[in-house]
Amino acid sequence: MNQHSLMNTTPSPFTFSGGIHPSYNKGLSSGSPIRELPLPARLVVPLSQHLGAPAKPIVQIGDSVKAGQLIAGQNGFISAPAHAPASGKVAALEETLTASGRTCGAVVIETSGPQEWQLLPPLPDWRAADKKDLAARIGEAGVVGMGGAGFPTRVKLSPPADKPIDTVILNGAECEPYLTSDHRMMLEYAKEIRAGAEIIRHILGAKSLRVAIEDNKPDAIEAMEKAFQEVDGDVAVTVLRTSYPQGSEKQQIYSVTGREVPRGGLPMDVGCVVENVSTAYAVYDAVVNGRPLVRRVISVTGDAVAQPSNLLAPCGTLYSDLVAACGGLRGKAAKVISGGPMMGFAVSSLNVPTGKTASGLLLLSASKVSCYTSQACISCGRCVEACPMRLAPAELSQCIEADDIEGAEQVALMDCIECGSCAFVCPAHRPLVHHMRRAKAIVMAKRAAAKK
Amino acid sequence: MDPIILNSTLWIGGIGLVSAVALAIAEKYLSTPEDPRIGKVTELLPGANCGGCGFAGCADYARAIVTQDAECNQCAPGGAASATAIAAFLGRTVAALEKRSALVLCCGDDTEATRRADYNGINDCAAAQATAGGDKGCTYGCLGYGTCARVCPVNAISVVNGLARVDKDKCIACGKCVAACPRKIIRLVPADAGIHVLCSSKDKGPAVKKVCGTGCIGCRICTKFADGAIAMDGFLAVVDYSKPLTNEETIAKCPAHCIRKA
Repeated sequence: MNQHSLMNTTPSPFTFSGGIHPSYNKGLSSGSPIRELPLPARLVVPLSQHLGAPAKPIVQIGDSVKAGQLIAGQNGFISAPAHAPASGKVAALEETLTASGRTCGAVVIETSGPQEWQLLPPLPDWRAADKKDLAARIGEAGVVGMGGAGFPTRVKLSPPADKPIDTVILNGAECEPYLTSDHRMMLEYAKEIRAGAEIIRHILGAKSLRVAIEDNKPDAIEAMEKAFQEVDGDVAVTVLRTSYPQGSEKQQIYSVTGREVPRGGLPMDVGCVVENVSTAYAVYDAVVNGRPLVRRVISVTGDAVAQPSNLLAPCGTLYSDLVAACGGLRGKAAKVISGGPMMGFAVSSLNVPTGKTASGLLLLSASKVSCYTSQACISCGRCVEACPMRLAPAELSQCIEADDIEGAEQVALMDCIECGSCAFVCPAHRPLVHHMRRAKAIVMAKRAAAKK
Repeated sequence: MDPIILNSTLWIGGIGLVSAVALAIAEKYLSTPEDPRIGKVTELLPGANCGGCGFAGCADYARAIVTQDAECNQCAPGGAASATAIAAFLGRTVAALEKRSALVLCCGDDTEATRRADYNGINDCAAAQATAGGDKGCTYGCLGYGTCARVCPVNAISVVNGLARVDKDKCIACGKCVAACPRKIIRLVPADAGIHVLCSSKDKGPAVKKVCGTGCIGCRICTKFADGAIAMDGFLAVVDYSKPLTNEETIAKCPAHCIRKA
């Protein structure tokens, strides 16, 4: 593909079973370069931008904060701190509705004055630094997985001694339709992503580094090939077949290495760590520049927005500010989704803040939205064919409809990754993922109660 | 006669005979005596098997009354009648059972309250609540997808115009709807209480007014007429059912019309 390349670019040797091919619609925003959002006057920084316990606020109303200053501390092992995305004054500590539909605490900052940064001490010669210190730094900077789940990166980078990691996979698949933020990151910040990936590999002591990109992004493949040329060791770009959900951790590990993560297990059980390309950038920024994770690139796209764009926005920007920066609405938005159309959450108000995991905001007109009445399962088996986890969504959904949650658990309810492939292919328009999410929430609540 | 028919009839009949004899012997020598009072108490219970007492049906509750000295006034459908009958039969004393019924603490139906989105998912309140926090403008009010009505064993709950209502006469106060409601706005209240504050919104007045025409705005006027039977929980008036609330002026004076007879 690239004749100057010293390293291997290989088509992925394996591919997961199932999956679907939705219309990707990435052309709307993939051509628009990342632009910085003019600083909003008001930022609502949620305390729960990650998986795990919400951060504990340490500022008071009226406090002046600098950009990058710690405003809420890490609260437990699986948790992450939050930092002020801009300098200004703390106007309130209040509850806010988040994109997932739950409420959580938030620190409201009224931005003002010249923007002053309070950075952590930069570590430009990280190769000489202690691995534990680097992982601690990444935790201190509040870096979490930016692909969607928001798992604290510090935890991923500190695997127990009996789980050696030999492969780091850099996830640039971006299989969700419409979203282009990772794609633009790979084109515009290739060097930084490479540095971040090297830091991650260094911390884990892994032998191999793989950059996994779907074959519908040839320019990103080329940019990554170029950036990773001078990297020592076993490095390769793995070109994945374009198929949803290639970006899902378990499916991607199989596509790249042929290893299967065991049921209920983690990637570290098969010697892998998967990090999103934007996370690699955040790792670079946290280590080399000492900048905590307080802003990210978010694709604002869809046919109901005037100028689909990729915006570099502070975490805590209200969706209404993002829409305004993209020239407002075109016509009327019938549906607003935080994230991509497959796994994102429909939101009912633009008065919702972004977070570290918000990769996209999708505004769709009425013509793109379907309202269905779901019907009875006709047992056609298409969902079984489409399920990348090899589950039987038809059976699961029927158990759940009959309120037999225990029965659903026995047929591997908790292995569902909620990718939406089953609902996408269902000819009876059954809200299969909605059933799974509801039942999974019930099981999680039951397990949490049993623990107490 | 065909030997197959004869053979099979003899075989099956023989097996039946042997089994019957085995069962008869087992009945005689291996049976464990059960307290005969359990069967009697089960007969005195109404047999609704609703589980409202906290036991797995009427027979289980009867066993608990006889063998574990459980209180015999826990049966809501049976009420005082079955409690006194059981107490008389067992020679115990019984504390009076207060008749209660479930009450949905919301009166914002689809005419009064706004919906901020069109919900096109599973017809279930918990599922709607998990989707962007529910489609109702008010984050406290009744979603109206009938999760409570589906768990009700006596069909006492109906959803009318996007609002669940409990039929007091049918309700047996088993508490299943209370547990099922994802917004936790159903409460068991004394059945003879006549006046209620039908709102659960803890938001401030202006925020309530934006989303509902009949939500409590926290004006405190009712507390002046309630003789201490209404207390404020932040911006929400809450009836204290341990005290009698009979002053109908509370209904007349409530500017939001959320104090109603029910």
